[in-house]
Amino acid sequence: MTIQEKAKLVVDEFSIFDDWMDKYSFLIELGKELPLIDGKYKNETHVISGCQSRVWLHAEEKNGIVKFTADSDAVITKGIISLLISVLSGSSPSEIITANFDFLDEIGLKSHLSPSRANGLVSMIKQMQLYARALELKRNA
Amino acid sequence: MDFPIVQIRSDFPILSQKINNKPLVYFDNAATTQKPLDVIKRISDYYKKENGNVHRGMHYLSNIASEHFENARRYVAKFINAKSEKEIIFTKGTTDSINLVASVMTDFIKPNDEVIITAMEHHSNLVPWQQLCIKQKAKLKVIPIDSDGNLDLDAFKKMINTSTKLLSITHISNVLGTINPIKEIVKMAHEHNVPVMVDGAQATAHIEVDVIDLDCDFYALSAHKAYGPMGIGVLYGKTEWLERLSPYQYGGEMVSNVTFEKTTFNDLPYKYEAGTPNVAGALGLEACLKYIEKLDIIQIRDYEDKLLSYATDRLSEINGVRIIGNADQKTAVLSFVISDIHPYDFGTLLDQMGIAVRTGTHCAQPLMEYLNLPGTIRASFGLYNTSEEVDLFINAVKKAVTMLA
Repeated sequence: MTIQEKAKLVVDEFSIFDDWMDKYSFLIELGKELPLIDGKYKNETHVISGCQSRVWLHAEEKNGIVKFTADSDAVITKGIISLLISVLSGSSPSEIITANFDFLDEIGLKSHLSPSRANGLVSMIKQMQLYARALELKRNA
Repeated sequence: MDFPIVQIRSDFPILSQKINNKPLVYFDNAATTQKPLDVIKRISDYYKKENGNVHRGMHYLSNIASEHFENARRYVAKFINAKSEKEIIFTKGTTDSINLVASVMTDFIKPNDEVIITAMEHHSNLVPWQQLCIKQKAKLKVIPIDSDGNLDLDAFKKMINTSTKLLSITHISNVLGTINPIKEIVKMAHEHNVPVMVDGAQATAHIEVDVIDLDCDFYALSAHKAYGPMGIGVLYGKTEWLERLSPYQYGGEMVSNVTFEKTTFNDLPYKYEAGTPNVAGALGLEACLKYIEKLDIIQIRDYEDKLLSYATDRLSEINGVRIIGNADQKTAVLSFVISDIHPYDFGTLLDQMGIAVRTGTHCAQPLMEYLNLPGTIRASFGLYNTSEEVDLFINAVKKAVTMLA
């Protein structure tokens, strides 16, 4: 599936809920499906700055496909990063770098988050794209 | 006498709002308080009918503005029982007041001198002193606290020595709710000739403040934590200190005679008030203190104590709750953690349910490290909060726990 297709799935899933409490419940459930980062990567180099809770992110590339793993000490944050990973993971670096994130506005996530949490969201996306760029350079080297 | 809570709630227009279609439960008073109509109207009336620059003018409006401004200063002096209104300096707030003292105390702090603060300080009463010590090559010492949030007075006694030049301490902790025994501490400090600065940001709205009784050398307070406007506060200083110390900022108002070569400075309190003051703010401060006086701070404290007690009992019923801060003397602040739940998740869900609390380190990162916590959830009460609101809060807490456990 392309990133666009994966994003559309997410938008469809969220649109089932009208109430934001239900959307948060869904996010929390998503968090439980997060592909967990290996304990050995839970260190300062893997922490995403700009988040109020702690978020660790790791990326690996195999046969031109990037796979992300992550973890967070906050459950809603876990849900958010899990959502991003479900859309971006399993795609090529160039797809990730050129991805369109309008779907986050469509589910109302960006506007609904407090400024500090929205900053965290932007930081997560930036970091995932940085990883993709670095892995692409490494692969082409 | 019954606390007139229904009348009080109708005095605060913002409280009738709905957040996410739920009634607003405002439990973030330690961050800032809401304003009664008296305060809003006073500021509005000033700009509608009385605005003029103070102390300089020759005309009706400037005279009225000056008169009202100085009346506000006199009222503040009376409210905190200062000896004279010359000891009341209007500042931007508590942080500004503390920075003012730290800045002008530079002359008094030499290399190897010592400044004492406590482990429960807000960044505003920590960082200015830390930076002063770094600049002057002096030592910053920290009075420890026990697990309940009480200050370790024995440790303090052992800490004071001939190198100690100042103690700066909070009246009430914004995280733990601890009311520090200021009178006793000031007495101990003065036995060693150590002056004391008190951070009163959390105190004015909740307990009686009497600077003569406390005998502190400096006292700082903020209007916006006491139902007044943002951008105005007070530094109280004993005359002997304020006369002794140099000015903080230079410019209009604080001068007497100016040539290109030199300047003589104005008398107290103007020596410390450079530039056009926040006149509307000062009038708003006067109005909020009058509002508190009308209700009687003893009645307010009594009401809030009962509310805190009720909230603490109800919160303690919930499995996994740990209250942070159980000092012998405590006021309207309730910090807690719940099992492994991250405070940030918790605050997000509570906000969804219309409940305003604060989560995180509450501008007290060193205190959090001291307590070995990533942060707390903090509910802080004001004179317009009710037990019904506490019930809504508890229901929301239970719901959030179910979703996050």
